[in-house]
Amino acid sequence: MLKVNNIEVVYNDVILVLKGISLEVPDGAVVALLGANGAGKTTTLKAISGILDSQNGELEDGQIEFMGNPIHRLDPDRIVKKGITMVPEGRRVFENLNVMENIKIGAHTRTDRRQVKRDVEKTFDYFPVLEGRKDRLAIFLSGGEQQMLVICRALISKPKLMMLDEPSLGLAPLLVKEIFAMLRVVNDKQKTGILLVEQNARVALNFAKYGYIMENGKIVLDGPTDLLVKNKDVKEFYLGVTDKMEKKSYAQVKHYKRRKRWLS
Amino acid sequence: MNTEFMFFIQLVVSGIALGCLYALIAVGFVLILKATGIMNFAQGEVIMLSAFICYFLVTTFHVPFLVAVLLTGIIAGLMGIVTERLILRPMLGEPIFSVVMVTIGLSIFLRSMAGILFGHNNLVFPSPFPTEAVKMGGIVVSQTEIWIMLSSLVLAAVFFIFFKYSRMGLAMRGTADHQDVALLMGISVKQVFALIWAVSFITAAASGVFLANVMVINLGLSVVAIGAFPAIVLGGLESIPGAIVGGLAIGIIENLAGGYLDQIIGGGVKDVTPFVVLFLVLMIRPYGLFGKKEIERV
Ligand SMILES: Nc1ncnc2c1ncn2[C@@H]1O[C@H](COP(=O)(O)OP(=O)(O)OP(=O)(O)O)[C@@H](O)[C@H]1O
Ligand SMILES: [Mg+2]
Repeated sequence: MLKVNNIEVVYNDVILVLKGISLEVPDGAVVALLGANGAGKTTTLKAISGILDSQNGELEDGQIEFMGNPIHRLDPDRIVKKGITMVPEGRRVFENLNVMENIKIGAHTRTDRRQVKRDVEKTFDYFPVLEGRKDRLAIFLSGGEQQMLVICRALISKPKLMMLDEPSLGLAPLLVKEIFAMLRVVNDKQKTGILLVEQNARVALNFAKYGYIMENGKIVLDGPTDLLVKNKDVKEFYLGVTDKMEKKSYAQVKHYKRRKRWLS
Repeated sequence: MNTEFMFFIQLVVSGIALGCLYALIAVGFVLILKATGIMNFAQGEVIMLSAFICYFLVTTFHVPFLVAVLLTGIIAGLMGIVTERLILRPMLGEPIFSVVMVTIGLSIFLRSMAGILFGHNNLVFPSPFPTEAVKMGGIVVSQTEIWIMLSSLVLAAVFFIFFKYSRMGLAMRGTADHQDVALLMGISVKQVFALIWAVSFITAAASGVFLANVMVINLGLSVVAIGAFPAIVLGGLESIPGAIVGGLAIGIIENLAGGYLDQIIGGGVKDVTPFVVLFLVLMIRPYGLFGKKEIERV
């Protein structure tokens, strides 16, 4: 379904961040992309979504194909129309829209307005807690509710491929479980392909069938997840329990900074 | 009823009419400011140009007033799209400050163009509204004021419905919140910006047409846009309801100050009042009535 072929991405014309990334998501598959902070995972997703331009980034080399057609020169709205939707990291809700509007805006590219209404109701079935808050401004939701909201917002566009950037970041284990259970249902029922970026390697390797591991803008290891979990390096660097908590908080700090920069 | 009280009501009512004009001008600014972070300093010139365009449509081309208003709106909308396309879009990604400088350049360009095209004379708009005032229980309102208030109310309702219920309205609000996330929703941010400039210029055209009915038309008309700044700041810079409330409040306060203080001090109070309010707001509550406490953009 998605084929990323040897892409190179440069920020601000000088910083080479992706140094030839290739990966593939077969039809309806669940694929994980893992790696340390700054490895270039988010950049990979942004390259696929076509939003590098707006962040001073540029795809210097390589191709991205979706359902057999090249998409790497398309504007982001065309890419969404083709069926790729991204859930950005850090629960980026529209704070000044209410819950209902946040979901509806995800259906921007759809023309079947009446069906959208019905689908909005259906997404509430996944997370009933949102239905009770549908008139509340998104800024007043808890972090977990915001994460549910951004997933619903992506689902309403009826993607063929959904890309999620660290959906478990900063959530309680129980909620992480609930969200991944929901994603599993979406994948099973609607055959939506999923490309998952995660810091939480344990969850990701458990959830996905196939995994890629990135370091410094390169894929250093890939394979079926049941083999990856047995790999010695993976065990040591990604499933090691001791340093994980530190990494998490570091990621948050860094993310906050980056957000600031893009807003200005 | 006692005359003191009637005098007060009279001042408030004409204050509302004046406030509608401020509100309309302020909304034009705030639309662009909120969506793109740009303060468009050419807004006043668009108001002035619209007044001229409407004037010449009615006088030289003998177009019926309402059709002339509609045409002026369309022309202004197109000007908005062209401005975004030719001037702002190439500046995408440049610092906000440079873009604001460009709008200042645009304002100078438009004013010179207006001078060349329309001349430097004072023109008087053949107002379609009857001159006799309407008396309602002791207060006197001119028909022009009534029309200004009614049309502003309709415009506000149209805005509300558009932003609350339409797909593009929602996309615009989302874009104002987070441009980068809006892109991920499949929203064409370019299209949204073009539309914002168009809507803002149409709002400016509406205020231009109203002003043409209450003031003489000349190149100096563009300066009235500055009169809306206090309303914008009072409303909280990036809030459309704020701009409306701010505009009405300033209109009423200005009229009251003029009505009561001018007699004592002997004139001139009316014109400075809005800026005294501006000054006070900046000192006491710089984020205005509806603004966010921290201002992220500079
Ligand atoms: N807009 C930008 N301009 C310049 N450099 C950037 C930009 N965005 C990211 N980078 C740099 O690119 C590199 C990869 O960033 P990216 O966000 O893709 O990493 P990541 O793997 O998602 O990390 P994390 O786990 O912390 O989210 C980092 O070194 C980062 O500093
Ligand atoms: Mg990231």
